[in-house]
Amino acid sequence: MKTAQNTAQAESQTATNGATMTPAETASPQVTEMHPIKMTARKVDVFYGTKQALFGVDLEIRDNAVTALIGPSGCGKSTFLRCLNRMNDVIDNCRVEGEIRLGDTNIYGANIDPVLLRARVGMVFQKPNPFPKSIYENIAYGPRIHGMAERRAEMDEIVETSLRKAALWDEVKDRLQEPGTGLSGGQQQRLCIARAIAVNPEVILMDEPCSALDPIATARVEELIDELRENYTIVIVTHSMQQAARVSQRTAFFHLGNLVEEDETDQIFTNPRDKRTQDYITGRFG
Amino acid sequence: MTTGAAPASFVSDAALKRLQKRKAADQRLKYYGLGAIGIALLLLATLVTSLIITGHTAFLQTHVTYPVYLDPAKIDAQDPSKGNYRSIVRDSFTALFPEVTAVREKRALTDILTSAAPYILRDEVVDDPELIGQTIDFTVPVSDPFDQFMKGNIKRETPEDDRRVSDQEIAWVDQLVAEGRLSKPFNIGLLTNADSRFPEMAGLAGAITGSFFALLVCFLISFPTGIAAAVYLEEFAPKNKFTDLIEVNINNLAAVPSVVFGLLGLAVFLGTFGLPRSAPLVGGMTLALMTLPTIIITTRASLKAVPPSIREAALGIGASKHQVMMHHVVPLAMPGILTGTIIGLAQALGETAPLLLIGMNAFITSPPGGILDPSTALPTQIFIWADSPERGFVSRTSAAILVLLGFLVAMNAIAIYLRRRFERRW
Repeated sequence: MKTAQNTAQAESQTATNGATMTPAETASPQVTEMHPIKMTARKVDVFYGTKQALFGVDLEIRDNAVTALIGPSGCGKSTFLRCLNRMNDVIDNCRVEGEIRLGDTNIYGANIDPVLLRARVGMVFQKPNPFPKSIYENIAYGPRIHGMAERRAEMDEIVETSLRKAALWDEVKDRLQEPGTGLSGGQQQRLCIARAIAVNPEVILMDEPCSALDPIATARVEELIDELRENYTIVIVTHSMQQAARVSQRTAFFHLGNLVEEDETDQIFTNPRDKRTQDYITGRFG
Repeated sequence: MTTGAAPASFVSDAALKRLQKRKAADQRLKYYGLGAIGIALLLLATLVTSLIITGHTAFLQTHVTYPVYLDPAKIDAQDPSKGNYRSIVRDSFTALFPEVTAVREKRALTDILTSAAPYILRDEVVDDPELIGQTIDFTVPVSDPFDQFMKGNIKRETPEDDRRVSDQEIAWVDQLVAEGRLSKPFNIGLLTNADSRFPEMAGLAGAITGSFFALLVCFLISFPTGIAAAVYLEEFAPKNKFTDLIEVNINNLAAVPSVVFGLLGLAVFLGTFGLPRSAPLVGGMTLALMTLPTIIITTRASLKAVPPSIREAALGIGASKHQVMMHHVVPLAMPGILTGTIIGLAQALGETAPLLLIGMNAFITSPPGGILDPSTALPTQIFIWADSPERGFVSRTSAAILVLLGFLVAMNAIAIYLRRRFERRW
């Protein structure tokens, strides 16, 4: 990892100081090999009515890595995140232009069903939002509507695996029939992560998943995110720069609807190229 | 002192005066509210008390019990429904008063019994033909004037010319009382009999059944339609001039006077479709028109109250719009929807005008067997009875109102229970 960092640093020094740049230019060769590109955004513009919220965002999301989106409130990071599984579709008068690819597929293509897309690109929200049903039902709901389990035993297995992956199994295995809303905030958020995992997605989007949690619960969830990286691609929006530094491998800094800078996390936090990034991470605004 | 520079003083005369004024205004506001509530409660109490005072006597009914010899010569043993029951009833009753011999007096004596007595006796014999040839203890309601006399509504002190019961009749009644033949049990007939010309025989069974059928039809039509319309408007409808127009009109519909719906029912359901007059089916359909806006409005409010996080959660794991609605949002909104529906139905239960227009105020002496049979409903039955001149119908009208209020209170209680029981906190 040391080499990767050095290379990234070296490369960033040689890079031009333009405000927008393609991430491929900045990524070190090792990272590119270790983490092939999972999702690509090209020239993404988002409009709410006549108001433009995102301006020509180009970003690559790498496989089996955590990409953190940071930036001050209203900078468009959540908007961008919600473009990745087309959750913006449900908002009236929201319009997305440009192209976002998952693998080779343009997810805004004409023949793409957003419902199926969301099974492949799952989402965890800011406030834990378990269904007011039992813990078991919370997990089983997704697999059931996607027809992933035919028999009860298969469903039991999916539920157990998902809860284990979300590091929640030991805490809830004796009370699967109790309501999910009765868990503590941190447990609820891990339940929501387990629910997202249950439909076996490739990418998990997290929109400030720890902002409603206390520090201990936050630590558990961060630990979990790090474990999940092995099997999933994770994109996380966070307001906490410490969190971005702790959990992510790559970081993208948004400001006023523009993607200002995207690079290795260490690079962004130790040696940002753009003055705005530097001002933000040193706490001068935002 | 320069303007605005000094900090406000707590103790200056002006400050204390202002404080006093503010406190007085607060107090006044409180007492206005208390006064308003007091007046509302007083009016309600007056209404209920006056209903109970006039209506309570209708819950009891004076009955007379006397031996009847079922003379085999007067009844067709093959077909017990044929027989001279009138003479059986009369002869057995006059036998109690051997001193009465004149035909006119005998007829007056028989008037103590309800005019329906021969039919009651016939029904008893038809139910059990074994009784023919025996002497049975026969219990029948007394006719209305004597019922009123026994309940004290006709007073002995009133001069004979001014009262419905003559001195002679009072003497007979006194004799019956002395022999212990009169009793005043709970008037079960009020709930089990259908309407009748004779107050002592009139009951609410037909009206209750008719109202039940009408509400059932109303529920079956308005509940699914209302939910479907609300779900569409809330979740699927694009925001444009056309849906705005629909929305405004639904809200207006809730304010349309009910008699207008009655006219519509008369013109469309009876006139165009040719559905049967006075039928609970038509009544229910007309009431459904009135209940629909209520259900749509409350359903939309309940759907709005389901937090967006639940929709997002379901959408986020790949549920389709239909699945989000049917699996999550609608079930979570259901307590609110049911509460609104019950309140809408309670309104419909009390609605009179549209039912009058479609003929549900007909005089019908048997409860409806189905939604196509002619029938009355509780509010129209009250209307009919309130229009009847017999003394007995006065108290029965009040009693019917009490029964209707009882149903309304019960329905509202169910609504409150549902709301409490299934209320969720997020």
